[in-house]
Amino acid sequence: MSMPYYVAPEQMMKDRADYARKGIARGRALVALQYDDGIALVAENPSNTLRKISEIYDRIAFAGVGKYNEFDQLRVAGVRAADLKGYQFSRLDVDARGLANQYAQILGQTFTHEMKPLEVEILVAEVGLTPDRDQLFHIMYDGTVIDEHRFTVLGGDMDAIRGRLSERFVAGSTIQNAVKIAHHALSSVDSSINSSELEVAVLTRNSSRRCFDRLSDDTIAQYLV
Amino acid sequence: MFSFEQDPGANFGELLKRVGLSPFGETGSVNKMLVPHATTCVALRCVNGVVMAGDRRATSGNLISHREMEKVVQADQFSGVAIAGAAGPAMEMVKLFQLQIEHYEKVEGQSLSLEGKANQLSMFVRSNLPAAMQGFMVVPIFAGYDTLLQHGRLWNYDATGGRYEEHDFVATGSGMLHAGTVLRMGWKRDMTVDEGVELTARALWEASDADSATGGPDALRGIYPVIASITSEGFTRVEDSQLKVTYEAIARGVGQR
Repeated sequence: MSMPYYVAPEQMMKDRADYARKGIARGRALVALQYDDGIALVAENPSNTLRKISEIYDRIAFAGVGKYNEFDQLRVAGVRAADLKGYQFSRLDVDARGLANQYAQILGQTFTHEMKPLEVEILVAEVGLTPDRDQLFHIMYDGTVIDEHRFTVLGGDMDAIRGRLSERFVAGSTIQNAVKIAHHALSSVDSSINSSELEVAVLTRNSSRRCFDRLSDDTIAQYLV
Repeated sequence: MFSFEQDPGANFGELLKRVGLSPFGETGSVNKMLVPHATTCVALRCVNGVVMAGDRRATSGNLISHREMEKVVQADQFSGVAIAGAAGPAMEMVKLFQLQIEHYEKVEGQSLSLEGKANQLSMFVRSNLPAAMQGFMVVPIFAGYDTLLQHGRLWNYDATGGRYEEHDFVATGSGMLHAGTVLRMGWKRDMTVDEGVELTARALWEASDADSATGGPDALRGIYPVIASITSEGFTRVEDSQLKVTYEAIARGVGQR
């Protein structure tokens, strides 16, 4: 009879974390930042149909990096949870914090109990009625929730991008400037990303109900001129 | 002993029903609950889309239970629903329908086609059939601007979920005969939106004149029917101030008959 090898829990967690981090680092990064009229979400994404950024609810957006099928499942789960809650109670009762907690539960549960952790990092962003009530929840592959302010970076090469972003970030910039700053941060030192490879969506503060909006390729190209 | 209304007389079939032994399913509901009912709605096609209109009255039997009901509601950017029938289930159906469209759009990343939406509503109406048999009937109109075909489209429904695409105009609810006749007389191909608004306003006026369950314009309280146009520009509700002028003109015309 063969005995299973003993693996220390610390080692097991470390292996899983390394595995997830490697998977995420392979993908391309994404940033979200406040601008004068809301929150801009900017991702490097060569695909025109497979989205990294999408709408969850009236004032809430979702963004994911890493393995597409895994964060897309999480996105759909989020839309379902939000729509159910809004139907059962009121549209005002749906908030980013509750969603972020649910996501953290799913990711944490999978990280400790499943064979393979989810190779994703996600962002739940909610635009408030005033800038100080904007919320950016960055959720890691192991279920850690980070409550970010002003801007956040997800995905591979995070530290370098964060460095470039914090250098140029100014509160209350126009959408055009925000996209420029994000573009600069996402581009590496030696090569700039083509505007057609950017996916940009905004949560506009003063929209009537559904605040989420995608920017067209033409608009993005104009902003980057 | 049976009460006077419940007495089956010499009818054995009815007696079996009264004592709960009937081999046939319950057909007519014996004691219909009196709940608010919403009434007349109309829609017509115009040159660049559709115009929808609905009166504001809800009735429970012979009583007016609500004066400001909104039976024409926006479903999404390019479509709207108008509802006649039991107000509770109708409003719930509209809420669910709006959510369904939005939910689909978010999960799938693109909107349902206009035909897809019409079909979806048909399933909602069909699932309400058992309630309809009990007297809580819901009969909507669905209309919108088809962004693929680039013209307006209208659908009429029956209580079983039957879906009928109409080309010119449609009316539903207790005042549908009177309102429908006005539309039949006044409708022309390629009407402008303004002409469509005027005609639907007139249709509701005539319906309210002849049908007690349909509410007319209430100048005293400033309550006017909900009229909206859906064109390539999207859903636009006609302002009450404009409807006030329209109805003043109609009233003048009626006064000179």
